[in-house]
Amino acid sequence: MNRKTLELWVGLFVAAGLLAIAMLAFKVGNLATADVLNAYVVKARFDNVGGLKAKSPVTMAGVRIGRVSGISFDNGKYQAVVTMAIDGRYQKIPADSSASILTSGLLGEQYVGFEPGGDERFLKDGDELMITQSALVLEKMIGQFLFGKASETPTNKK
Amino acid sequence: MNARRQKSPSGSSRKKTSGATVPSSLPAGDILVDVRDVHMNFGGRDVLRGLSLQIPRGSVTAIMGGSGCGKTTLMNLIGGRLKPTAGQILVDGQSVPDLEKDELFELRKRMALLFQTGALFTDLSVFENVAFPIREHTKLPEPILRKVVLMKLETVGLRGARDLMPSELSGGMARRVALARAIVMEPMMIMYDEPFTGLDPISKGVIAKLIRELNQSLGITSIVVSHDVAETCLISDYAYLVGDGRIIGQGTPAEVQKSGSEHVRQFMDGLPEGPVPYQYPTKTGYIDDLVAGNT
Amino acid sequence: MNAIANLGRIFLSALERLGRAGLFLAETAAGTVTLVRRFPLVMQQVYAVGVLTLLIILVSGLFVGMVLGLQGYNTLVRFGAEDSLGLLVALSLVRELGPVVTALLFAGRAGSALTAEIGLMKATEQIAGMEMMAVDPVKRVIAPRLVAGIIAMPLLAALFSAIGVLGGHLVGVGLLGVDAGAFWSQMQSGVDFQEDIMSGVLKSLVFGVVCTWIAVFEGYDAVPTSEGVATATNHTVVYSSLAVLAIDFIMTSLLLTEV
Ligand SMILES: Nc1ncnc2c1ncn2[C@@H]1O[C@H](COP(=O)(O)OP(=O)(O)OP(=O)(O)O)[C@@H](O)[C@H]1O
Ligand SMILES: [Mg+2]
Repeated sequence: MNRKTLELWVGLFVAAGLLAIAMLAFKVGNLATADVLNAYVVKARFDNVGGLKAKSPVTMAGVRIGRVSGISFDNGKYQAVVTMAIDGRYQKIPADSSASILTSGLLGEQYVGFEPGGDERFLKDGDELMITQSALVLEKMIGQFLFGKASETPTNKK
Repeated sequence: MNARRQKSPSGSSRKKTSGATVPSSLPAGDILVDVRDVHMNFGGRDVLRGLSLQIPRGSVTAIMGGSGCGKTTLMNLIGGRLKPTAGQILVDGQSVPDLEKDELFELRKRMALLFQTGALFTDLSVFENVAFPIREHTKLPEPILRKVVLMKLETVGLRGARDLMPSELSGGMARRVALARAIVMEPMMIMYDEPFTGLDPISKGVIAKLIRELNQSLGITSIVVSHDVAETCLISDYAYLVGDGRIIGQGTPAEVQKSGSEHVRQFMDGLPEGPVPYQYPTKTGYIDDLVAGNT
Repeated sequence: MNAIANLGRIFLSALERLGRAGLFLAETAAGTVTLVRRFPLVMQQVYAVGVLTLLIILVSGLFVGMVLGLQGYNTLVRFGAEDSLGLLVALSLVRELGPVVTALLFAGRAGSALTAEIGLMKATEQIAGMEMMAVDPVKRVIAPRLVAGIIAMPLLAALFSAIGVLGGHLVGVGLLGVDAGAFWSQMQSGVDFQEDIMSGVLKSLVFGVVCTWIAVFEGYDAVPTSEGVATATNHTVVYSSLAVLAIDFIMTSLLLTEV
């Protein structure tokens, strides 16, 4: 085989392979969306974070505005402290906004959703969100439901 | 022509091997290869049993012997591809079995072994096969390299076949290409393993003439391993006859051919009966072996 | 008693061969430093093990992706979760099937060819001839092939996964009517670059080393006859496949517990 055509083929092959890796990274994977730029950090406390993990998305009105950067346990208050990196582009989030842990779909992954408040001041680096709603834990809900049913039934029968 | 720019291979140290016992009829001159009392054992079978020989620098020396007597083994020992069970092998004053890999490779740059099969690289063209040692060992610019390769191909009469692949060559042509590749680095010594087998009389003559010419024009020491008595005797200055794991006859071709020894006579005249066993050694007798099947 | 002694002997000889293979790999690795000068040789081998394996990889990847689309859809639709089809297809491909199936195909296509080529070079005294010309065959013949295999494998695996995802899309979105937006967005939010894609690339790199190593060693260590070369080629395919599956299990358990 001619040396030039061989080089051409190898060049094509390597380029195609690298392109495939790039496609996997940006189109299939989350490399394009995982990065938040000029992030500032805010905190929130939850009684229960459920299945929330580091890198889970933080959204507002369904749009991704940041991600969870860490989850720790507060030994004094028995609460989970979730730190979140919010993209620097979103500077005007009211300081009294609330955070809830939500689930995408019935069994999908969990994420943090912000609901805007009415405050004139905005969230800045190091702030803490005061109003939070914990994750709904399916077993607890089922348990409460059954418990409620169980306590209902005897009275009905009597 | 700038092909002569390559460094002369004989310019290196010319230590004389001391204490070599030179037979009376051996041509004078310093000894390039000195094999002393070499034993070689393959899986319990002694192939060489105390073989000694000397190859003078600048000569054509024939090593003859029956099939399976250990000629190829001897070539491999001299080239450092095998280590002897016992004995010494000196090439240009260096003990081959004791050399480190680097030193051995340095030595091999100055000697070539023409394999029984030619051993051309099947994925390279004739031209690239011949150019291979130059590309590997030197940084010769392409135009000069081309001239050197074409000159060597012209020497073996295959300049026109430069673009063929080895699979497109006949046996004799392949051997001539291998010869061109062997001489392209202008070594001090070439070992030819069976250069004549499987060739027609014309090709035999061509190869024989080439061996002689290379020896005369470039001063290359040549060792010709063969069982082709007539051709080999024509071109060699000195001949050794190997049998039974050692040298059983030596001298100038004329002397060897006239030798009275039974061993030598049998080989030279091609007699089926004689002291050289035709059978590969066995432990059981022929009849016992045949009868052993009828249990 | 005799059987136990035999077993011990087989075990010892296997161990010895493994040691030889290890030394051979070390020697080859040391020999790769001379490849800077011999870069065209590496290029030629990338062509032989990469470009020539490309077609089978692309076709297999497409079909595997399409089958994943079909099977995944049939399972997911029972739970009303067919929107997650993209995620299922991508994760299966990127983490497991891409690297593993590529390595198995590589062993069958490129590995066996490497073994046969080197074994025949040995049988026809080309390796010996090279040694006699003071050229180290490990540096000239083995090292470029090893490097080429290590370069080619991750690229082939990435191509396999990429075309597999497209195959899944073809069946899932094109044929079965999964929403294209959901297909891609679920995939993107569920496939992590570090944990999934890079671990897949890491796997295929390791498979590249192991498969090529086995192939060149079997060829170099082959008995130099046509039968010996046939046996060696056979060994290459069998050993590579077993090694790939075993290493895949080990690496998966390591990578998963690390998370
Ligand atoms: N690697 C090896 N392992 C075991 N035995 C070997 C090996 N190489 C050679 N032998 C044995 O050594 C003996 C000599 O072999 P060698 O190839 O040197 O013969 P030769 O003289 O070159 O024969 P021919 O003229 O047929 O080429 C043979 O009987 C062979 O069986
Ligand atoms: Mg021989």
